[in-house]
Amino acid sequence: MPTGARGRTPSTISINVKLMEKYRFKQKSRAVEFLGEKFIALNAFIAIIAVLLIFIFIFKESIPIFTSSDVQKEASLHKMMIKQVYYEGRDAKWSWQPNSDVPKYSLLPLFIGTLKAAIIAMLVAIPLGVGAAIYSSEFSSKHIREIIKPAIELFAGIPSVVLGFFALMILATPLQKILGSTFRLNAINAGIALGFAVIPIIFSIAEDALTSVPRSLREAALALGASQWQVSLTMVLPAALPGIVAGIVLGFGRAIGETMIVLMASGNAAIISGSLTDSVRTFSATIAAELAEVVYGSTHYNVLFFIGTLLFIFTFAINLCGEFVLVKLKTRLQGEY
Amino acid sequence: MRRILVITTVFFIIAGLVAGGSSITIKGSDTLVRLGQRWAEEYMKNNKGVVIQVSGGGSGTGIAALLNGTTDICQASRDMKEKEYKLAAQKGIDVYRISVALDGIAVFLHEDNPVDELSFSQLKGMFTGAITNWNEVGGPDHRIILYGRENNSGTYAFFKKKVLNKEDYSDYTQTLPGTAAVVNAVSKDKYGIGYGGIAWAKGVKFAAVRKDNNSQAVMPSLETVSNGTYPISRELYWFFNGAPKGEIKKLVNWALSAEGQKIAEEIDYVPLPKELALKNEVK
Repeated sequence: MPTGARGRTPSTISINVKLMEKYRFKQKSRAVEFLGEKFIALNAFIAIIAVLLIFIFIFKESIPIFTSSDVQKEASLHKMMIKQVYYEGRDAKWSWQPNSDVPKYSLLPLFIGTLKAAIIAMLVAIPLGVGAAIYSSEFSSKHIREIIKPAIELFAGIPSVVLGFFALMILATPLQKILGSTFRLNAINAGIALGFAVIPIIFSIAEDALTSVPRSLREAALALGASQWQVSLTMVLPAALPGIVAGIVLGFGRAIGETMIVLMASGNAAIISGSLTDSVRTFSATIAAELAEVVYGSTHYNVLFFIGTLLFIFTFAINLCGEFVLVKLKTRLQGEY
Repeated sequence: MRRILVITTVFFIIAGLVAGGSSITIKGSDTLVRLGQRWAEEYMKNNKGVVIQVSGGGSGTGIAALLNGTTDICQASRDMKEKEYKLAAQKGIDVYRISVALDGIAVFLHEDNPVDELSFSQLKGMFTGAITNWNEVGGPDHRIILYGRENNSGTYAFFKKKVLNKEDYSDYTQTLPGTAAVVNAVSKDKYGIGYGGIAWAKGVKFAAVRKDNNSQAVMPSLETVSNGTYPISRELYWFFNGAPKGEIKKLVNWALSAEGQKIAEEIDYVPLPKELALKNEVK
């Protein structure tokens, strides 16, 4: 605090007595500070503890899959991953039919569905998000930038249920006409809406990375006679690349975990197919749709929690990668110069 | 911290006392749980001091609870099985059954779909994936797009049991959250077919349903469900141990009254025909 410093060296600086009175440290405030600091520290640790506890409790509910032989009869790891023959004389298949007389808990259709929706979302969000970030940080005038940045970041504030509703009611029909697809609700429809949820994440991280490239780097290149394009493409972009990659990775994590949009816009049919115009059912939508009414403690219940554990691990690993790349970028930009 | 502890303890004690005052437990069918809850809410609003706890778990769970004496009212979307009646007799439980509402499931088609009626076997073929083209049931040459409910919905289970003969739905069935979403999807999909409660009809048309080749195709409506001619319908029951008395009797008669039945209709159950509701009232 500048006033504190001023107070300790009265001989050299003229003192405004009133101001000093106002900011004079009282003995009492030390205790308050101490408590305040501890309180803030506690908050920080609560976040960590909460994440840990959530993981433990979710995982705990899925443990019977590994220990109970009753549960394993219907849903062992093997049965969830490998093709099964469910009815004598019929072909083996992967199938998600938990409420059947012969319950089927194959996770592969759900996994493929999750991946399909997320990949389409990335195909939409990467060009738009990264493109907008490059334009905003490198080429746009200050005024335009001040419009673009909040406008895109506003997307992050749109509740996903609104995006899902938009895809379900408005986007799906014209999209079906354009694609000529059999299914009105399909992976592409859900993926596009999902993309809009991911764009602000990619944009803001990539934009931050681009603008935090040191001025000295640009100025050096400009002094050597490089054009604006050359500076952006050959100097700034490579320097900020890890940040852009981190944004993409974090965006992918969001796309995998996002629930409401896919629940509403994807059609939720658990099919294994390579076609992007088929309906898809994702992990997150499956949990959202089925957990509310599942019988407590049943195999189905355990499997849903197992899916939750998988989702947790996926998104945690992806976010960890993203953060790791970001830290690398920071040391690279700040350490070398 | 200690104050919070004290407050929560007091809260639980009070909650326990209130619950101990006059409490009714309702348990059973997941199809009926929504109706039970709405009735309980309204009833508790008008009768302060009565606490009604409603939970689902399925008709079987509810019946088991009734036989074990752990619930006052058992909700069931089916009658008790002979085995269950025998078990009740052994335990000295005097089973008292009344129907409290009806339930009818309509089949939705797009308004431009030339198909008007479907038989049980055709519906079964379509929803299990054996029939995949509309021209097999007298429609245009195009793939059938199936829409259905999530697999924990009572409608899903009932349609599966009644029409699909307990076989699995086709993997290509797109499941949507709620009947409204199914209706919306079918209204926008020329080749779509879906199912759901009969109160939902905006923008789609109902298919008349035939039980077999010899019977008449019947359109679903409040009347055809009420008089039992529409084949995809059922009675929804409340079971008691002996004729209900006191507060429970009051609750039952209120649920069967015009007011109670109107609430049922509001949330898409089919109200009982007036005579049946009167007949069911506990004297």
